[in-house]
Amino acid sequence: MAAAAIRDQLNGLVNSMFAEGLLDDQFNQLQMLQDETNPGFVAEVITLFCEDAERLIKELSTLLDQLVVDYFKVDAYVHQLKGSSASVGAQYIKLACVKLRQFCEAKNKEGCAHALNLIRHEYYRLKVKLEMMVQLERRIQAYEGQ
Amino acid sequence: MVCWVWGRMSWSWRVRNSGFGCGGGGVKEAVLWVLVIFAGLVGFSCGQAFCGFLMSRMFSYELLRKNALALGIGRSYSRSLASAFFVFEQDCNRVLEKKESLRCKWENYETVAKLLLKFFGSAIVAGLLNRKASSFLATLHGIYSTFFKLHYSKKKRSSRCRILRKKLLFIGVVAGVIISLWTYFIMSANITARHKENLSIMCDERARMLQDQFNVSMNHVHALAILVSTFHHGKLPSAIDQRTFAEYTARTAFERPLTSGVACALRVVHSQREMFEKEQGWTIKKMETGGQSTVRDRLEPAPVQDEYAPVIFSQETVSHIISIDMMSGKEDRDNIIRARSTGKGVLTSPFKLLKSNHLGVVLTFAVYNRDLNADATTEDRVKATVGYLGASFDMPSLVEKLLQQLASKQNIVVNVYDTTNASCPLRMYGPDVPNPGLLHVSHVDFGDPMRKHEMHCRFKQNLPPPWSVMTTSTGILVIILLLGHIFNAAINRIEKVEDDYHEMRELKGRAEAADVAKSQFLATVSHEIRTPMNGVLGMLQMLMDTDLDATQQDYAMTAQDSGKALIALINEVLDQAKIESGRLELEAVPFDVRALLDSILSLFFDKSLEKGIEVAVYVSDLVPEVLVGDPGRFRQIITNLLGNSIKFTDGGHVFVSLHLTMEAKSDTAGDGDPAMSLSGFRVVDRRRIWDTLKTVVDGPETVNVLVTVEDTGVGIPPEAQARIFMPFMQADSSMSRTYGGTGIGLSISKCLVRRMGGNIAFGSEPGIGTTFSFTASFRPGCPCRPGIPEFSGMTALVLDPCPVRAEVTRYHLCRLGIGCHIVPSPATLLALLSRSNVDMVLADEEACGSDLLAELRRQHGRRVKVFLVAAPRRHCQHDDVDGVVTKPLRPSTITACIRGAPGTKIERSPPLPLKSILSGRRILVVDDNAVNRKVAAGALTKLGAHVTCADSGKAAVEMLRPPHPFHACFMDVQMPEMDGFEATTQVRSTERIVNEEIAAADYEWHVPILAMTADVIQATQAECERAGMDGYVSKPIEEEQLYAAVTRFFDVPLPLSKPL
Repeated sequence: MAAAAIRDQLNGLVNSMFAEGLLDDQFNQLQMLQDETNPGFVAEVITLFCEDAERLIKELSTLLDQLVVDYFKVDAYVHQLKGSSASVGAQYIKLACVKLRQFCEAKNKEGCAHALNLIRHEYYRLKVKLEMMVQLERRIQAYEGQ
Repeated sequence: MVCWVWGRMSWSWRVRNSGFGCGGGGVKEAVLWVLVIFAGLVGFSCGQAFCGFLMSRMFSYELLRKNALALGIGRSYSRSLASAFFVFEQDCNRVLEKKESLRCKWENYETVAKLLLKFFGSAIVAGLLNRKASSFLATLHGIYSTFFKLHYSKKKRSSRCRILRKKLLFIGVVAGVIISLWTYFIMSANITARHKENLSIMCDERARMLQDQFNVSMNHVHALAILVSTFHHGKLPSAIDQRTFAEYTARTAFERPLTSGVACALRVVHSQREMFEKEQGWTIKKMETGGQSTVRDRLEPAPVQDEYAPVIFSQETVSHIISIDMMSGKEDRDNIIRARSTGKGVLTSPFKLLKSNHLGVVLTFAVYNRDLNADATTEDRVKATVGYLGASFDMPSLVEKLLQQLASKQNIVVNVYDTTNASCPLRMYGPDVPNPGLLHVSHVDFGDPMRKHEMHCRFKQNLPPPWSVMTTSTGILVIILLLGHIFNAAINRIEKVEDDYHEMRELKGRAEAADVAKSQFLATVSHEIRTPMNGVLGMLQMLMDTDLDATQQDYAMTAQDSGKALIALINEVLDQAKIESGRLELEAVPFDVRALLDSILSLFFDKSLEKGIEVAVYVSDLVPEVLVGDPGRFRQIITNLLGNSIKFTDGGHVFVSLHLTMEAKSDTAGDGDPAMSLSGFRVVDRRRIWDTLKTVVDGPETVNVLVTVEDTGVGIPPEAQARIFMPFMQADSSMSRTYGGTGIGLSISKCLVRRMGGNIAFGSEPGIGTTFSFTASFRPGCPCRPGIPEFSGMTALVLDPCPVRAEVTRYHLCRLGIGCHIVPSPATLLALLSRSNVDMVLADEEACGSDLLAELRRQHGRRVKVFLVAAPRRHCQHDDVDGVVTKPLRPSTITACIRGAPGTKIERSPPLPLKSILSGRRILVVDDNAVNRKVAAGALTKLGAHVTCADSGKAAVEMLRPPHPFHACFMDVQMPEMDGFEATTQVRSTERIVNEEIAAADYEWHVPILAMTADVIQATQAECERAGMDGYVSKPIEEEQLYAAVTRFFDVPLPLSKPL
């Protein structure tokens, strides 16, 4: 019964994230991919995404901190981040990435910094919930494993 | 009046003077001068040539004719003037009386002056208009302005044009005045000429008559002379004696009406004197020279002379002259001698007649003893002379008699002069002091070539002043001056209007410049604020990521929220500035309007949750799925309206609905009935608002949508409704204190709506709510591929008593492909459930209590899933429901809920064909992004494929080197080092080499490579093909697209027997 409660909690969390627009349909797809054969899929993807995103954000920060910004590199990283976020359905991050890319094309350093801030902000907002979600997933798995 | 006009005009001269001083506009001045001189020339020439101005035309003509050679073609005026003097001198010499002569001379001088004026008038006019004259006018003006305290400081700004206008007006007025003077002179000259002509006609007529009458009398006297010669001298003894003569002459006096008497004298030689005296019985007497004595006896005997001419016969009236020697007077003697030598009548100079004391003349004829030929010599005549016949003419009575015969004798005064001695004319008739004025002189010929007589005629009264001429010219003058005044007033008015206009333009320009400056300032400042603000926000974010305690976290959060609000505000201000400076460009990109609304709704999830407001979105089915327009701006408008609504609503609902404008006409709902509204609150009647919006008919190229945002908030106070769309104006200041905000949102929205070709309107009732509606024009987008809705084929019953809410639920379910029926009451629901096969029931939390849920569960078990549609709350778990769909309804929430319900997942499986196609396939996924790789791999694994991953293009090329086990490869396009296209090219080249090596075999290596890309635009089919790819799918992988791409080369399901 505890597993069901946790599942409800998880559902509630996911629903609220949908309602807030933190996630989009792509996350639904992700959830659909998770089944008995692949029980930890969502958690795995989320963890991957978080690692990837943090790494990329760090890279981007380093790049943008430099006096002469290599926009080509920035663009490449942003593209990756955008791909990752699109895959998990983190739409705000995706939108922020689009913005960053635009600034990057315009070679607007301030704009890039601002967009990166936005990405960072969105990422941390999402990260909290995602971590919560991963925790819940793990607990469900743990219960199911029992 | 003239002074006044001068005063009004003079400033222009002044201005012109200043203009001269500056040296500017010299050309215009020169033109003006030429104009003035030309006008003067033309005017005077015209006057001279056609009107005879200032001088009779005839005289001019005569003068010119006389001096034609000297003048040439108007070449030598001086010579013509000289000749004029000459002519005048001659003319005046002819006038006898001293007074008249003086007058004549004066007249001449006058004429000469006029002539001078005529010749040099234009130059004089030009001279009048020269600088000295204008400076004089300026002085006048100065006096005038000090009197009337006029300020010309403003007028100094006057443009050249208006100065020219003033000058033209002045010239016009001057020309008008000159014209009126001309008129006066021309007309008065005409009248004078007419008078002169009249006078000359009358005078000539009188002179002629006088002459005729005189000639008749003279002829008769001549006849008497012949009678005497025939009957006295021709017969012997004489047939005539004194008695006979007297009787005859008395009886024939009617034939000589002008003679007072006739007498006959005999030629007596001195030798015959004594004999003659004896014969007659009286001595020849001498004519008295001093006084005229009437007593013959007192007269002395005539002195001894060669010959005598004693009167022998006389008419009774002059019987006193018998025996007087006519040759004793010197003058008489000359006359007699002249008479006998010429054979014609000879006149004496006028003298006082003896009896009547009138002036008279004596006509003398010689009596010859025989009839002489006309060409007889003087000697013959003297020889033949035997006597003389004299007749005295009483001139005054003569003329009097004559004039009495004429009707208009009163009008003129006639004087008759004997002008034989030109220096001293003798007056024969007429009043002593003639009236000054017009004079006409006619010559009278009384038959005596030695004597000259003239008749002078004058008007009795002085000529009346030419009143009509004066009134006419005065009238013209007045009209001209009035016109001048009117034009002056008009010009002043125009000037004033022009001044005002320039002022307004200047002000307008300044206002516009200020506006632009303001916008630029706003934009600059906004941008300048944004940059550091970003830093602040970023730092805050980083600060929040550090280890903070709760209070610090709270402070940081608050600071960040404020910063965000500030950024939002600045963005709005920037928008406003952009719109005002016209730099706002609308995009035209296809977008899904329903998804847009969903995403807007998600933004307000928090707030609506906080306030407990029900928020719902509804889009009419008629609205196309994809519209082409600017989604960002459309979103901005709706967000703004929705944000306002939520801000000002504390309970009830906010409802966003989207229709086509043409639907609004047939819409019957929303008449403000609380039962029909979303949350049961009263709302403002939206039909009324829709009516105020101009509905545009949908064309094939446009889709006009009507968006309505309806709330049950505080409403807008009526007095504030008028300025609600004005920038920076809020309903009232207290409201802004309560609710915050800048008040430019609505203004921006209005501008955006305008730009989208629509209108915005609202209706609001305080306490009830506000409804905003706007229209916007879009182009219909091409409908995308009909996607397979996730839950298609499922059916649902919606239990909701509120029709609007039920309709919203139905709308969202329909979007997910779930067919549904709306049932208003639980009873119908149960009835329907028992009859038909329904997958699920969505019941509004208001509509069903736990009883109903329990009943449902009891009757249908888990076969029918029951979902509760409820506002998000913490604890709303029911054991009898399969899930709770939280409001606001969005497809994703419904999907998540349905999917989360027990048992749903099993039904939800990928479409069979795709699974059957991919099942058992070995697929290589190449992506440098771990997340993407994982997701793609997961998706493909789910479809039954065996997935191998590679994280770079190089690795993929290695792995795809034949022989390899892969059936297909999904390749990310954008990868570092080696991108998808390059990797594919390398793979293909490797395959080609291998294929050539094994050329004989009927098998050919060609692994299908599908591009994975996030940007569909970037990965065009052509580019993929060029790189040797077989197709592309977009990231993240969508089943439909995957299916479409995969079926192209996996047309046959993989036989399970094929070795892996």
